[in-house]
Amino acid sequence: MSPLQTTRIATLALLRNKLRSFLTTLGIVIGVGAVIAMVAIGEGAKAMVEQSFASMGSNLIIVTSGSTSRGGAFGGSGSMPSLTWDDLRAIQNELSAVRYAAAQLRSNAQIVSEDENWSTQVIGSAPEYLQIRDWGVARGAAFTQSDIDGGSKVVLLGQTVSDKLYGADADPIGQTVRIRNAPFLVVGLLDRKGQSPMGQDYDDMVIVPHTTFAAKIQGGLHQFIAGVIYVTANERDGTARAQAQIRELLRDRHRIEIGADDDFGLRDMTEMAAASAQGTETLTTLLASVAAVSLLVGGIGIMNIMLVSVTERTREIGLRMAIGAKPRDILAQFLVEALALSVAGGLLGIALGLFAARRMADSFGWPLLLRTDVVMIAVAFSALVGIGFGLYPARKASLLDPIDALRYE
Amino acid sequence: MALQVALDAIAKVYRMGDIEVHALREVSLEIQNGEFVAVMGTSGSGKSTLMNIIGCLDRPSSGRYLLNGHDVSELGRNQLAEVRNQQIGFVFQSFNLLRRTSALENVELPLLYGGVRGKDRVRRAREALARVGLGDRMDHHPNQMSGGQQQRVAVARAVVGNPSVLVADEPTGNLDSRTSLEIMALFQELGRTGITVLIVTHEPDIAAYAERVIQMKDGRVTSDARGTPRSAQTDLEHELQVGSTAGAA
Repeated sequence: MSPLQTTRIATLALLRNKLRSFLTTLGIVIGVGAVIAMVAIGEGAKAMVEQSFASMGSNLIIVTSGSTSRGGAFGGSGSMPSLTWDDLRAIQNELSAVRYAAAQLRSNAQIVSEDENWSTQVIGSAPEYLQIRDWGVARGAAFTQSDIDGGSKVVLLGQTVSDKLYGADADPIGQTVRIRNAPFLVVGLLDRKGQSPMGQDYDDMVIVPHTTFAAKIQGGLHQFIAGVIYVTANERDGTARAQAQIRELLRDRHRIEIGADDDFGLRDMTEMAAASAQGTETLTTLLASVAAVSLLVGGIGIMNIMLVSVTERTREIGLRMAIGAKPRDILAQFLVEALALSVAGGLLGIALGLFAARRMADSFGWPLLLRTDVVMIAVAFSALVGIGFGLYPARKASLLDPIDALRYE
Repeated sequence: MALQVALDAIAKVYRMGDIEVHALREVSLEIQNGEFVAVMGTSGSGKSTLMNIIGCLDRPSSGRYLLNGHDVSELGRNQLAEVRNQQIGFVFQSFNLLRRTSALENVELPLLYGGVRGKDRVRRAREALARVGLGDRMDHHPNQMSGGQQQRVAVARAVVGNPSVLVADEPTGNLDSRTSLEIMALFQELGRTGITVLIVTHEPDIAAYAERVIQMKDGRVTSDARGTPRSAQTDLEHELQVGSTAGAA
């Protein structure tokens, strides 16, 4: 008998019991749906994490000062200033793998407008800092190199700070705020950037020129940078090459002998992002494997119903054999029935999974990410479940003796 | 006349635990092409086993069975299935139609297993249904038909593949006397077209419509008599007349 005719016979048999067929597929529907929805959730979470790392700045490397060591007790990172302004200029000018570099000085300060005040983080840096952080200016304009050179008292406000001082959606440009009693002219309002991967509000900060910062906010060391250097690596070379160049340059400039420890630190945010992505990947795998278990349970459901069906249809099987069905025709029919149930369940499951994924993506505000490979695997797996769990009942049916089967009550 | 069925010293032994049951003991039998045969006997006489062997549902323990001149006693399961599909038609006491399946699809079934394709299959199934007088009920499902109609569908299914032997196991066992007459008339009509008909029954009334009656007991043939059969059609017409007269009175 041709496969087409076998399919026809199997389909007719399934349609004779529509409700049961549907209930049988339900296990597979839920299994496949769960796998697809879970993977979509995992991918969405991963995309969110990646997005928040990207908002820190892409290809980002942070260079920190060394640590003090007194009697075996180490101070923290940056506790012993070792990076100089000359180091920064050398990193900016001499390294081929570096695109931007800027110092980041940081202090907490009370910032006061005419009516309100707010305690926030004040960053002292250069115009390149905004490029490094991939941060745009929503209103006004960023300060320039001449503001750095002249030590101008100008400030860029983060959205949160502006909201606190002037209310939401206000235009703060041209206003004057006081930081540590020094008046600063608001020249720009930064774009809203959201949260860091650790949940910190990026928009709760202001930026001033680092020269002004050293003069007015934090009494500075003239030669050393009392903070860190943010570096963006070239797209082409990547962070690994930029890190190697920075390490070589700084060791050379600080005259560190071969074998001695660095007196500075290097942190690669790309690595952190990758580690974090790894974490969500693990979560995705975990969710998907839990869902896969339900697929297995669905398969057992199919086997169960197929076994019942074989017993219940013993006379039918005997009749089919009497009128000329060969054992392999009976085997094929029941296998195709199991396969049709599981594949139909798989397809319904995809629809359910997509629907669930869309609903969840909407409610969490995540991007909807569907992996076609997962969809394919889910369908292939459900087909495999159908064949795997259909084989035993089908074989049982094909081995029936026609006389006994016809006499079965 | 050619020999349709030739049984030579056929024996069938079942083992039930330690006991051997001799269902058939060295039965030899010849049935000619186009004969209408009734096999009678009490339950346990071996008549069902004989029918199963002639119908190629079962294989004899010993002996030789020639169907249309070919030895089928040594064939495997697949080859027997093919022989049943091509040369044998079955009619059962309980009809054995597929439920929730139209009459037409039920009749198509043997052709489906025989590999007859699409239009040809439907055409032949329609012809077979027309032949048993159900040309107007092809789309009806078994539960929408009377017992007699269901048995007609079963007969159509049995003859759709143009078998040479029609094997019927108590075909009237679940039917009332008038419907039984209708079915027997149908069998007699089929018999006239050259099909060999073999009916297993325990009712002498039914056996009376066969040209040849074989009595069985304890796995042996005890008598084998040929006679002039009653005409089921005549009896049916008579019954209809009596029925209408009774109704008028």
